[in-house]
Amino acid sequence: MFGWEFPPHVFGGLATANYGITEGLHAQGDMDITLCLPKPWGDEDRRSADIIAMNAVPIAWRDVDYDYVNGRVGDIMSPERYYRMRDNIYADFNYMNVNDLGCLEFAGGYPSNLHEEINNYSIIAGVVARAEQFDIIHAHDWLTYPAGIHAKMISGKPLCIHVHATDFDRSRGKVNPTVYSIEKNGMDRADCIMCVSELTRQTVINQYHQDPRKCFTVHNAVYPLKEEYNRIPRPDHTNKDKIVTFLGRITMQKGPEYFVEAANMVLHRTRNVRFCMAGSGDMMDAMIQLAAERGIADRFHFPGFMRGKQVYECLKDSDVYVMPSVSEPFGISPLEAMQCGTPSIISRQSGCAEILTNCIKVDYWDIHALADAIYSICANDSLFHYLQDEGKREVDQITWEKVGLWIRELYERTLGNR
Amino acid sequence: MRTICLYFEIHQIIHLKRYRFFDIGTDHYYYDDYENERSIGDIAERSYIPALNTLLEMIKDNGQYFKVAFSISGVGMEQLEMHAPHVIEKLQELNETGCVEFLAEPYSHGLSSLANEITFADDVKKQCVKMEEYFGKKPTVLRNSSLIYSDDIGGQVAAMGFKGMLTEGAKHVLGWKSPHYVYNCNIAPELKLLLRDVNLSDDISLRFSNSEWEGYPLFADNYINRIASLPEGEQVINIFMELSALGIAQPLSSNILEFLRAIPSCAKAKGITFATPGEICQKAKSVGALDVPDTLSWVDEERDVSCWLGNAMQREAFNKLYSVADRVRIANDSRICQDWDYLQASNNFRFMTTKASNVGLDRGIYSDPFDAFTNYMNILGDFINRVNSLYPDEIDNEELNALLTTIKNQGDEIEMKDKEIIRLKAKIEKIQASDEKVKGKAEKAKAVKTVAKKTPGRKKAVSASVKEEKK
Repeated sequence: MFGWEFPPHVFGGLATANYGITEGLHAQGDMDITLCLPKPWGDEDRRSADIIAMNAVPIAWRDVDYDYVNGRVGDIMSPERYYRMRDNIYADFNYMNVNDLGCLEFAGGYPSNLHEEINNYSIIAGVVARAEQFDIIHAHDWLTYPAGIHAKMISGKPLCIHVHATDFDRSRGKVNPTVYSIEKNGMDRADCIMCVSELTRQTVINQYHQDPRKCFTVHNAVYPLKEEYNRIPRPDHTNKDKIVTFLGRITMQKGPEYFVEAANMVLHRTRNVRFCMAGSGDMMDAMIQLAAERGIADRFHFPGFMRGKQVYECLKDSDVYVMPSVSEPFGISPLEAMQCGTPSIISRQSGCAEILTNCIKVDYWDIHALADAIYSICANDSLFHYLQDEGKREVDQITWEKVGLWIRELYERTLGNR
Repeated sequence: MRTICLYFEIHQIIHLKRYRFFDIGTDHYYYDDYENERSIGDIAERSYIPALNTLLEMIKDNGQYFKVAFSISGVGMEQLEMHAPHVIEKLQELNETGCVEFLAEPYSHGLSSLANEITFADDVKKQCVKMEEYFGKKPTVLRNSSLIYSDDIGGQVAAMGFKGMLTEGAKHVLGWKSPHYVYNCNIAPELKLLLRDVNLSDDISLRFSNSEWEGYPLFADNYINRIASLPEGEQVINIFMELSALGIAQPLSSNILEFLRAIPSCAKAKGITFATPGEICQKAKSVGALDVPDTLSWVDEERDVSCWLGNAMQREAFNKLYSVADRVRIANDSRICQDWDYLQASNNFRFMTTKASNVGLDRGIYSDPFDAFTNYMNILGDFINRVNSLYPDEIDNEELNALLTTIKNQGDEIEMKDKEIIRLKAKIEKIQASDEKVKGKAEKAKAVKTVAKKTPGRKKAVSASVKEEKK
């Protein structure tokens, strides 16, 4: 399996999904997973998957002794594996910017030279594909598609790609041609395309011209809350200000301006509500300005980027969670909010709307409906409690184990088809 | 003699429009006129008119043999008055045949029987007045909204003077008993209960055109044979449904009207008669009391009120609505009362149900139960504000009622006094007028005398004129 990020070092939603799928597949009991990550930190959960650190896989031969290797990269890769990989170097990559172990360094996350890193990742994948034994290849998102294709060409094993998002979602239709070409190439060469929602599946079929017969919907799930987060108390807001929260990257894709406009409408009719826009992103300054222009800045707060426990504290302290995404392939965050007992309002243009019933769905552009829904949850306790209880019950039924079972079924179909 | 009691319900709600919370306080009109006109027009054309035509022909073809009963909710009636008056004319034509009975039901088609006794009684009374106005007869049998019934409701209905009531022949209430007898309410033995035969009714209204149903296709002779082959003692077969089942739930293309048309002659051949609920309540004797401690209705598999009050949102909306019931009644403002009728309709609560149901539910403009709840609560918020702003909040209902009664009494008194004044004034005028006459006469008489003295030659003529005056 090729992945780009993995908890606890989370940059976006991809890490969570990657972790969930790995756990879900591991729960099957008879599946061994080798997970390739560009830059693991050594503190990842290794129970469910055998993690290969791509930044410790040699692509150029260096004569290094056991202790040196152990000392340099022992926390992320055993020297035995290093030597096995070294035996499978397939070309002379000395011209590249390799280090003392013959490996390529990764910055991790999403640096500015991302395209170069993607290319490096796929070169290393060639070594891994030669050295390791496997039956099927599973590549997560466009960053790892080239590596998946490379591995498929070397091993002849079928390739499944997992579409967590497409560039059409990220750019509202104005695609980056380089990214599009990588995505399209990956899809063309895949034997099975797993899409996180029917919405994404339709994008893949219509915008990337894929055969519907090899595109399947694999909805994401959510992991049960950690005990530590579960214990965070829910503050009581009876007769106090209600808090309405937006949490995510403040970018065009997430539709933050619709949240501000809806907040404006709510605040012009009622004063006992506060709005919180957590996260950061390229539209943050514009949003601060917009809130000021509308004259609601006294009740509209920007607490900035949140991580780990802060996220759950913020969710538990909210009375309404809003995700007005313009185009959201899946969107795990409303599921997390519902786990915390916070009623959610999501846009119909998000993938998770396909599987959730106990939340309020509105069209992202319909700020009247959005404002109305926010007001209704704040004003009517029965609605709040119904969504809280039933939402939690519903989301507890959406588990990665079920997703794992379905992916396994797709693996078997793919293997059987060949 | 075995008897079929055929009854149809006519009810359409006044559809609510999309009402945002920022409309609260600024917009007091809650209805979607376009949708109202469209939906009632559509239903009248596809269902009511063809079905009523068929029933009319059936009555004419079979002399006085075939009988049928209807009940029309007040709001449904208003819809028909406004957008489809030809349906009312048709109903009046049916009424003239003498083979049709109209039943009472709450005007609003609401759930007031579960909330407020006085409101419920007023609701029913209002509809009875309307029925009498249109069809010349006061209903004697009541049919509560969606056949909602419990012992308490039965007791209250008996106290209101009704002879009988229709309700559901629900299995969990009947147990081993058959719905084909007349029962009575257990706390008011004089109130007779007619129970709907679930299977025979649903065969027509739910399953008739379903080609996957094992009874498909259903023919009139089979249907009547089934009734004829029931055990000897079972005498009353109650087939109740909504009129829109003929044409909307079961499309006309399924030939449901031809099926219906064939029923009287098939029944005649088997010696089965038809009767209206009123006739049955008059003639038949009750076989025993029926215990219904929990409320039942004709909706869903549970046959209870869970489709209107099953979740917390529905209960909040219901409680909020009826929290102002007394205030609305006391205030007695015509526009508020009108909105009150429309907002009570049980359909508004049905839209908020989160239950899975085997009968497809059309939520109208609402995409989900939360949407329906939000919209209704916005409207209710505005409505309650209006009700409360009629009179100051701090006066409680009893005090307000006392004050209003005093005002009304004083008003009556003033009116009486006004009348008295007018009467007295008229009297005075009369007296004055007669006084003047008398004076005038006296003066004239004097004048005549002086003239007579001066011109004795014209005496005769003058005395003649005096004579005329006397006449």
